[in-house]
Amino acid sequence: MSFEKCMPAWLQRVGLVTALLIFIGGIVFWGGFNWALEETNKESFCISCHEMKENVFREYQNTIHYTNRTGVRATCPDCHVPKEWGPKIIRKIQASNEVWHKLLGSIDTPEKFNAKRDQLAQNEWKRMKANNSQECRNCHNFDYMDYTEQGARAARTHPAAFDEGKTCIDCHKGVAHRLPRIDQHIGQQNEGAIEISHGEKPQAKAEAK
Amino acid sequence: MKRFFALAALAAGMTFAGAGVTFAQELVNEIGGVTIEGNSKVNMFKPDKERDIIPRDYQKQPPLIPHSIKGYEITQNFNKCMDCHSKERAEETGATKVAKSHYLDREDKKLVNISPRRYFCMQCHVPQFDAKPLVENTYKPAKK
Repeated sequence: MSFEKCMPAWLQRVGLVTALLIFIGGIVFWGGFNWALEETNKESFCISCHEMKENVFREYQNTIHYTNRTGVRATCPDCHVPKEWGPKIIRKIQASNEVWHKLLGSIDTPEKFNAKRDQLAQNEWKRMKANNSQECRNCHNFDYMDYTEQGARAARTHPAAFDEGKTCIDCHKGVAHRLPRIDQHIGQQNEGAIEISHGEKPQAKAEAK
Repeated sequence: MKRFFALAALAAGMTFAGAGVTFAQELVNEIGGVTIEGNSKVNMFKPDKERDIIPRDYQKQPPLIPHSIKGYEITQNFNKCMDCHSKERAEETGATKVAKSHYLDREDKKLVNISPRRYFCMQCHVPQFDAKPLVENTYKPAKK
């Protein structure tokens, strides 16, 4: 057959049918893997654990990312799981630690959850700071912000903050969930609690140079 | 016979439904002579657009909040207002600094921090909504 002679040597060795089967098998496997991954990337999956449903999900229900005028929503994975494949897989592998702590019951009551809130919040702030608040910017793109449509405070603060190289999470903490104890220097009850930075101050930057 | 009962039930239902509507219309708010129905629109309370500092109407009036405070958290853990208005942050954010009187306890002793009795800002400072007054108000601010 002249057709077989056209095929590369490796294909002649394994045979056309086997190669085709492997190809189809690959598609099915990849599709299945991706499907399973996306199944764990849904709000319904996140709140199938009462740890999420009774704590952070309830707080989120009072916020603009859950319900708003236009009905456009940001659900759990929109903010907490990167969209790009590589970072997404890394985050998913890290999440196996969360499965472990689910089994240990580390945060299975609101009391336990609140006791760990400092640490949990700071983990997420650190992650967001490190990737320049990528998950915020998937929807809230600086380049397309119309300052004339923003309130006076936002229109004044946003350009200044971008110039200073700040990122969303520097100022917008506790947007979707309750904050942990924050030391604001305004009272005794939170003295010694974590302090939030609001990003690097311009003077500090100039001194570093 | 069955059909008759069904018709009778339907007729009765319609009568009651009609009565319900007239009854609701008769509920009149005594203050403004406005019907409750006409008064309760979904968009009744829309926060005013952000604006400049609102002048006070009388001496020692707690200044009004000239911006939306939707979603602001004031809990034991965090006070969103103080995130901008505290003396440490006010300069950077351009917000009005909390007045010195807020650092006094009830014996007028000076405290290092905001007095706990001043912690809940919205007990005195309130945002503005475009709610129409039910009755005309002829109050005029006193001249200084």
